[in-house]
Amino acid sequence: MAEFTMPSLGADMDEGLLQEWLVAVGDQVHKGDAIAVVETDKAAIEVECFEDGTVGRLLVEPGTRVPVGTSLAVIETGVAPAPAPAPASAPVAVAETETETGTKAEVSSAPDADGRQPPAEPAPAHRPLPVGTAPPREAVAVGPLVRHLAEQKHLDLAGIRGTGRGGRVTRRDVERATATHPRVRVTPYARRLAGELHVDLAQVRGSGELGAVRAVDVRAAARTGPTVLPAPGPPTAAAPPSPTRAPAAAAHAAVPKPEPFRTRPATASPAPVGEDRTAAMRKAIAALMARSKREIPHYYLSTTVDLDTALTWLHTHNNACPVAERLLPAAPLLKAAALAARQVPELNGFWTDGHFEPGDGVHLGVAVSLRGGGLLTPVLHGADTLGLPALMAALKDLAVRARTGRLRGSELTGATLTVTSLVEQGVETVFGVIHPPQVALVGFGAVTDRPCAVNGLLGVRPMVTATLAADHRASDGAVGARYLTTLNRLLQHPEEL
Amino acid sequence: MTAEGSAKHETEHSTEYGTEHKTTYREALREALRDALRADDRVFLMGEDVGRYGGCFGVSLGLLEEFGPERIRDTPLSESAFVGAGIGAALAGMRPIVEIMTVNFSLLALDQILNNAATLLHMSGGQLPVPLVIRMTTGAGRQLAAQHSHSLEGWYAHIPGIRVLAPATIEDARHMLAAALADPDPVLIFEHGALYNASGELHPDARIPDLDRAVVRRAGTDITLITYGGSLPKTLAAAEELAVAGVSAEVVDLRTLRPLDDTTVMESVARTHRAVVVDEAWRSGSLAAEVSARITEQAFYDLDAPVERVCSAEVPIPYARQLEEAALPGTAGIVAAARRVAGPTWSAADGGRSPSDGDGRVS
Amino acid sequence: MSSTRTARQHGPDRRTKAGRQAAHRQDLLHAMLRIRRFEERCVELYSAARIRGFVHLYIGEEAVAVGVNEALTDEDAVVSTYREHGHALARGIPADAVMAEMFGKATGCSHGRGGSMHLFDAERRFYGGNAIVGGGLPLAAGLALADRMTGRSRVTCCFFGDGAVAEGEFHETANLAALWGLPLLLVCENNLYAMGTALERAQAQTDLAMRASSYGMVAWAVDGMDVEAVESAARRAVEGIRAGTGPHFLEIRTYRFRAHSMYDPDRYRDKAEIERWRERDPVALLTDRMRAAAELSGARLEELEGRVTEEIEHAVEAADRAPAEPVEHLLHHVTSGPPRQERDEGVGTP
Repeated sequence: MAEFTMPSLGADMDEGLLQEWLVAVGDQVHKGDAIAVVETDKAAIEVECFEDGTVGRLLVEPGTRVPVGTSLAVIETGVAPAPAPAPASAPVAVAETETETGTKAEVSSAPDADGRQPPAEPAPAHRPLPVGTAPPREAVAVGPLVRHLAEQKHLDLAGIRGTGRGGRVTRRDVERATATHPRVRVTPYARRLAGELHVDLAQVRGSGELGAVRAVDVRAAARTGPTVLPAPGPPTAAAPPSPTRAPAAAAHAAVPKPEPFRTRPATASPAPVGEDRTAAMRKAIAALMARSKREIPHYYLSTTVDLDTALTWLHTHNNACPVAERLLPAAPLLKAAALAARQVPELNGFWTDGHFEPGDGVHLGVAVSLRGGGLLTPVLHGADTLGLPALMAALKDLAVRARTGRLRGSELTGATLTVTSLVEQGVETVFGVIHPPQVALVGFGAVTDRPCAVNGLLGVRPMVTATLAADHRASDGAVGARYLTTLNRLLQHPEEL
Repeated sequence: MTAEGSAKHETEHSTEYGTEHKTTYREALREALRDALRADDRVFLMGEDVGRYGGCFGVSLGLLEEFGPERIRDTPLSESAFVGAGIGAALAGMRPIVEIMTVNFSLLALDQILNNAATLLHMSGGQLPVPLVIRMTTGAGRQLAAQHSHSLEGWYAHIPGIRVLAPATIEDARHMLAAALADPDPVLIFEHGALYNASGELHPDARIPDLDRAVVRRAGTDITLITYGGSLPKTLAAAEELAVAGVSAEVVDLRTLRPLDDTTVMESVARTHRAVVVDEAWRSGSLAAEVSARITEQAFYDLDAPVERVCSAEVPIPYARQLEEAALPGTAGIVAAARRVAGPTWSAADGGRSPSDGDGRVS
Repeated sequence: MSSTRTARQHGPDRRTKAGRQAAHRQDLLHAMLRIRRFEERCVELYSAARIRGFVHLYIGEEAVAVGVNEALTDEDAVVSTYREHGHALARGIPADAVMAEMFGKATGCSHGRGGSMHLFDAERRFYGGNAIVGGGLPLAAGLALADRMTGRSRVTCCFFGDGAVAEGEFHETANLAALWGLPLLLVCENNLYAMGTALERAQAQTDLAMRASSYGMVAWAVDGMDVEAVESAARRAVEGIRAGTGPHFLEIRTYRFRAHSMYDPDRYRDKAEIERWRERDPVALLTDRMRAAAELSGARLEELEGRVTEEIEHAVEAADRAPAEPVEHLLHHVTSGPPRQERDEGVGTP
């Protein structure tokens, strides 16, 4: 362990202003790396560290003026111990909170006591942040030096994922983004694989020619765990959607959570990673669903909705549209589900700490089954406010990206109500399992022509069975019934959707 | 111009494999010619010494007796004239098979091959297909020195409008000709001189090959060795050695050098993530260069190591045995390249797992 | 041939011998005028940048194409050079198709792939349009070989210049054709220059017929400015070939009045030399002969000229209107069958 102290950058310097950290806790640093920017009376200067190691703790907040010699950070210089099994208690929960919410609030108290390395790259800052923690990325000041560097390299800072404190863009991020001199020799396949397995290449030791990282090295790294990055894109497992307005962290910690595969205990016997990934997703879904069924007293309602008006309207609408802008029946169904949730807010929100917390908007989670098995629930934020064409476009976009693994973290979190639609699966009715901490799940079966009474006569109309699974702790059957009738009513006036 | 090497002499060196139904590459070619001549009156064979001599390498031995001098037609030493005559005859409805003694001599007919055979169809706006087959010997390995030993098929594979074949096995020697004759466009068949005496069983159920497809001659998981023609046996031998060393090599026989079957190559590379191209031609501007470029174009993100090439030294092929051997790709060189590309068999970070573990099993 | 057929509808009384001669000469004149006026129009169009590439004019040599063609039937084959507008038109390829090809249009006789140097018409057995000096000779031998092997009595006529006699392919082909007794008519258009190099500066023996005869084939020289002399020589040669006496060689002594290709400074020859040859302009020579024999009135000549002008103007207008060969068809006709959408055929990386 070594201290990184405020250096003396001139004979006349007796204190300096720490302007910016260029590293985050957990970063590997090497002797000579610039790790902070210090402002003296004359200029902002990048200061280097004199040790090889891992950034253990950052002791001084940017913007603080300290005397020369003040300890600024702790650099762990010992050889990183073999990764310990992830304990199932608090530290893991904290780590998960980080990865899922993007907050860096806990970073400085990251569980370094046992030498376990926190994720080397924090989650992207544009994920929803719990209130009272680090500000959103946009608000983070980028240091002048980094800004200057970015300008020199004609780099748009907005497009860079910051790895500094609170998602700050560091000099290293800029260099990585420009990638004029990749530090690590990596084969194209290994690079691709590292992306897929969320392995930080910077920490992989290459066994190829001149230390080139090969696929085998990436796989080995993926197996050993700690160098694995949090997924930059979608969490690979169907992690419980975190509410936008997060409940207290303590509540989170208390809740047993499915274990995302990336924090899988390193002692687990190495297995082929592809299978692992599917298995991990399966395991996560299993945990979430089991928790749901264990904790949530579900009740179920269903109603059959006549879609004749809606589909006729859709047909007319589509005839006037370019093919690319045509609407699928899913669009009015989802929009109606969202509007109904606005009108019946008791079903739109979260059950936490023994009470219901309404959502701050209607954010529809839409279950998308993956071709390789498993499912993701990307979120249509503010679904009740989207026009049908916008909703359709967003839906298509999310579905495609969900299936190609290109979702952003924010698109997987914050759902206040989930809709599962088996319209294309050919089944009539789906009674879903609620995604905790949400309190309801709306299901649509296939639209089929069915006989029904129309104005006292027997008619054949396109019908869909809409179902509701709801949490009896949060609502009663009457509320659920109100929701479904509202939904039905809305669908009879498609032009108003 | 003496591309000597009588059939009798070469037969003495033939390797013994099976005992019954055994045939040689040369005999397979001859049987293919015989079949074609019997099947279609429009087919005739024309070239230097194809008749009374029996073919410079003995391929057409005995055909004159069966088909007569009109259809087994000895020509003067006029490569350009008789190749051009083949083109004209093809235009007028015949199905000529023109034999050029060696690829080096084909340069004397390059004008006809490029400026007429390959070009007439396009230049005439599609009016004049040229259903011509040209066979020639290529390659080194027989101490024939610098004017009888080169591998220039890659030059021909550069030319749009023709198909370029390299039969590397007895089956392909036996069956490629029929497919070539069925092609409405010019087809060049390159027979590697070192293969004529190759002997082995001819599978009775072997069929006319799909000339648009390369073939995986040996399946493997760690590295793809891509080759064709005379280098196939060396490459298969290298794969055998590699297997002993724990490297599982897949061997792709390109078989058709134009148009190249990218699909088979890329599918293999996608499985193994590593490739070595073996080509007896000179490295610079070679077919190996083309294949390597295509792999980086189409399979870059599958690559776990740089593509390597094993080619001939950039020297006119010398006479002396040790010099010639040193100039040509050999099994040892292929093994060495493959091991470089495969990298250390174990990754230091991997705790002793071979690269085949898990490789090619994800996604 | 179809080119002359139209002229036969009018004109002299073909029932008398004199009438037949007059009528035939009018056909020859008409055929030569078509070529002459066509190419003169080409000069204009080239200057107006409507035609591009290399354009090699035949002006001065029309008697060769027209005279030789008279000896051929529709069954026979013609292999030509890059100076082949005259051969193509005489052979009966419509002026529309030739002009459209010069314009690079879809209706061109090579669908815009060939241009001036590569005119083709498989139906009329016109095998190009070969722009490699001597390159058409082996091919012509092959066409003849196929006829020989299948027992057909067709003749293949191969045009080439004096320059080709210096090429190995001429000698290889002459030997092969004589050796195999192929039904091949070798027509050497000796215009005294291989591009800018005079025959005597390029070839040790300038008596080309004599050189050809050394291969054991019948060979003689002909006045190439006199279309009737060319016709008669060609007829004799073709008769000999059809009778099975093997290839014949005609050295037809002619002269091009214009540059090698469209415009050149003519530094390699005297203006006076050009003028001397112009005095023997094949069109003027025949016209004068016909006038002297009272076989051509001014009105008749005017009528012929009018018909020719009409045909050519129609060809220009049609070519102008014709659709361009679409770029999407770039890869058509590289191989038979549907174009290969492959990288190696250049898709996406032109």
